[in-house]
Amino acid sequence: MMTAPRMSLTLGPVLYNWPIARWIDFYNRIADEAPVDRVCIGETICSKRKPFVDEVILGTVDRLERGGKEVVYSTLALPTTKREVRDIGDMIQAGYLVEANDITTVHLLNGRPHAVGPFLNIYNEAALAVHLKLGATRVCLPPELPLGSIRAMAAGNDAVEVFAFGRPPLALSARCYHARSHGMPKDACQFVCERDSDGMDVSTIDGVPFLAVNGIQTLGYVVTAAVRETGALREAGVVSLRLSPQSCDMVRVAMIFRGLADGHTTEKEATEALGALALPGPLSDGFLRGLPGCTAEVD
Amino acid sequence: MRAVPELVCPAGTPAGLRVAVEAGAHSVYCGFRDETNARNFPGLNFDRAEMREAVAFAHEHGAKVLIALNTFMRAGSLEVWYRGVDDAVEAGADALILADVALIDYARRTHPKQRLHLSVQAAAATPEAIAFYRDRYGIARVVLPRVLTVEEIARLTAQSAPCETEVFVFGGLCVMAEGRCMMSSYATGKSPNMTGVCSPPSHVTYRDEGGALIASVGGFTVERFENSEPAGYPTLCKGRFSARGITSHLFEDPVSLNAVELLPRLAEIGVTAFKIEGRQRGRAYIATVVKAFRRAIDALASGGKIDFEELRALTEGQRDTVGAYRKAWR
Repeated sequence: MMTAPRMSLTLGPVLYNWPIARWIDFYNRIADEAPVDRVCIGETICSKRKPFVDEVILGTVDRLERGGKEVVYSTLALPTTKREVRDIGDMIQAGYLVEANDITTVHLLNGRPHAVGPFLNIYNEAALAVHLKLGATRVCLPPELPLGSIRAMAAGNDAVEVFAFGRPPLALSARCYHARSHGMPKDACQFVCERDSDGMDVSTIDGVPFLAVNGIQTLGYVVTAAVRETGALREAGVVSLRLSPQSCDMVRVAMIFRGLADGHTTEKEATEALGALALPGPLSDGFLRGLPGCTAEVD
Repeated sequence: MRAVPELVCPAGTPAGLRVAVEAGAHSVYCGFRDETNARNFPGLNFDRAEMREAVAFAHEHGAKVLIALNTFMRAGSLEVWYRGVDDAVEAGADALILADVALIDYARRTHPKQRLHLSVQAAAATPEAIAFYRDRYGIARVVLPRVLTVEEIARLTAQSAPCETEVFVFGGLCVMAEGRCMMSSYATGKSPNMTGVCSPPSHVTYRDEGGALIASVGGFTVERFENSEPAGYPTLCKGRFSARGITSHLFEDPVSLNAVELLPRLAEIGVTAFKIEGRQRGRAYIATVVKAFRRAIDALASGGKIDFEELRALTEGQRDTVGAYRKAWR
């Protein structure tokens, strides 16, 4: 019997503003214990947070590489200032393997091999082909794509990654909602986003949990979990699953998805094991099923 | 002397297009009646024959027609969008407004001489992003996202030449970077990128609660209008939500964009075109707004005085904002 090749696991960048000591501890543990093949690292949301990460990133990268992980430098999702663009250019010039999260970065890469994160609008096989021609070697698709679209895109290449775990990124803005919520201007935000390690929960006025805010980013309240779809994704030709860090035990999350991808863990076992973790919201595969992304898994 | 800024006006229907042209629009933008354009609402847009007639009418009156095919192609159904491009070219479009890089690639290869504009849905917010589309695909104009300040627009406009810039000056305001927002898809399963709708009417419900009107999108309450309040359309990002125990318009107040006071500065920094949002608006509204802006642009061009009061009055009774064009908005 033909079996689809082994799916790899990619740990996405930490999207939230974690205190730097915690950030270092998190990656040290990933380096030593998590069965992931590659780790994307670097600040993607707010350039004001970036200096803190930059100060310690080289030591962390070294540790991850010694742990056998491929390291990818993830870049800002919404660069607008000259300085933000220059920083991305510097990273490319230094020869690092970069993950592009904005078309600005794709332009600066000028054909060099690179990865693409979930923030680029690649919705179909033709757009994917354009990006592969431009040097993309691995492309994480936007989280709102249903399984049917993923099937049409993953066939005939070895590049498609799917957002498989974590709060789904939904939107970016010039405005910082964390600062706005605290009544402060963005330029004097006092890094209030550091208080919410999974983003700031947002509910409707009648108390129904809805979204999460992470600085300029908006995410879903639910936690994406492509548990029921792992087999179908592998058969469709998806080569990698992306696990997006939340404050729960991500080593355990990686082990669960490794087991699922290898067929050693059943959907039921995986759902139960994920459900036992300290998740910020209910598990959901709504987007993958072509339903509203907020749809919680019901079994 | 600088060229006169081009006034780009919405045309949701053939009748709306005629009104906009007669009111003084230099250009109108419109789309086909399907999922290829980002205003895919029932009762709006043009079939193929209407589009050909609309182009003929506009050209007779010296106006241009920009046809928007600015959603992202659905995987496995590329033909729908490719056919849209072919038909728009055949109808005589002066430019196509596109967002999907693969559709841009198709249009450029298939119709090498066709003028192409980059839709705001592509959210090109840096000189490098604009250069990507200009250098590879010969994009002639970029519609700038509303996340930029006026000074950033000045820098972008200077660095993007010969690619022109077009900016929104009036109407609805996206708070999020356009084309990079899945909030509607999260709440309703329908999104601007994939279906050409945001917070669609089909998913909006109202209920009465002790004299207050509760508006929901996809089952999520987004606004509570007390007796005396005017009930505006419940767009997700303009709703009232709770965070940290505080209820507020967390993302944006229910305001619309009105950048009238910035018109002279925008013209001075070399912005080519001023765009009015609102393909879903009625004819009377379009006529009033287009006439007022055309007078302002004519005044700008002749060195005359702009009647700011007239333009401000257009949003009377509603709150307006200059949005991200002022840095303090952030």
